[in-house]
Amino acid sequence: MLNRLTESLNFQATALSLRSERQRLIASNIANGDTPGYTARDFNFSDALRQATGQGSAGQSALAPSTVRMATAHAGHLGLNGRPAGSANQAELNYASNAQTNLDNNTVDMDRERASFADNTVRYEATLRFINGSVRTLNSAITGQ
Amino acid sequence: MSMFKIFNVSGSAVSAQTQRLNIVASNLANADSVAGPDRQPYKARQVVFSTTPMGDMGTAGVSVSQITEDNSPGRRLHDPKHPQADAEGYVTYSNVNTVEEMVNMISASRSYQNNVEVMNTAKTLLMKTLQMGQGG
Repeated sequence: MLNRLTESLNFQATALSLRSERQRLIASNIANGDTPGYTARDFNFSDALRQATGQGSAGQSALAPSTVRMATAHAGHLGLNGRPAGSANQAELNYASNAQTNLDNNTVDMDRERASFADNTVRYEATLRFINGSVRTLNSAITGQ
Repeated sequence: MSMFKIFNVSGSAVSAQTQRLNIVASNLANADSVAGPDRQPYKARQVVFSTTPMGDMGTAGVSVSQITEDNSPGRRLHDPKHPQADAEGYVTYSNVNTVEEMVNMISASRSYQNNVEVMNTAKTLLMKTLQMGQGG
C-alpha cells in the first residue's frame, strides 16, 4: 500500500539523481578547463533516464547506436568507457570533441559547459518542483482539505 | 549524494588556480630583478595542471603536478655603472615576460570565478533539495 503511494515519485527521484550526476560531471569539465590533455565528458540524459527506469522506447530498433554494446566474455573486461563490464545501471559517458583547435588538446569549450551547467541547474529545480507538487497533492489528499 | 563531490572538484580547481595566481604574482614582482652575486637571475615559473580522478563516473578534479622554470636567457642591458654589472658592463635581468604574465593572470582569475560560481549554484541546489517536500 505504502509503496503504491510513493510509486509516482520514483521516476522523478531517478531523474533527480541523474541530474545531480550530470551536474557533477559538468562541474568536473569546468574545473578542468585549463588542464592540458583533458577530454570533456557528458552523457545523453534521455538515454540514461530510459536505461535507469527500464523504459525502452517503442520506436527504437535493436541496431540504434545507443543500444550497441561491446561484447564482454570475462568479468575483468572493461566496457566502452573504461568501467568494469558488470557495472550496469550507469549512464554511458561520451567524450566531447574540440570546438576549436588548440595546442594543449583540451576539449573543454567553456561556453558550452557554462550553458549546459545553467540548463542542468534549471532542469534540476524543475524536477524538484515536480516532486514538491506531488508531495503537496498527496498531503492534501491525506488531510482531505 | 553525488552533488557534494562538486565542492571537492571545484575546490581543487580553485586552489590550483590560486597557486597559478601566486606564481604569476611572484613572476611579476621579480620582472625587474637583476642577477645576484651568483650571476643567476630570477627565472619565470609556470604551473602545470593535471587531472586527478575523484571517485567514479568521470568526476575529475585538478592538481598542480609540477612547477617548471623557464630556462631561456634573461634580458641583458649595457649599464657599466650598475653595481651588479658584470666584467663586460652588462646587467642581466630576469626572463619574465610581463605581457604573458598579465594574460595568465586574467585567465586564472576567470577560471577562479567560474569555479566559485559552480560551487554557489551547487550550494543553492543542495539547499533547495534539503527543503524538498516542505510545501515550498
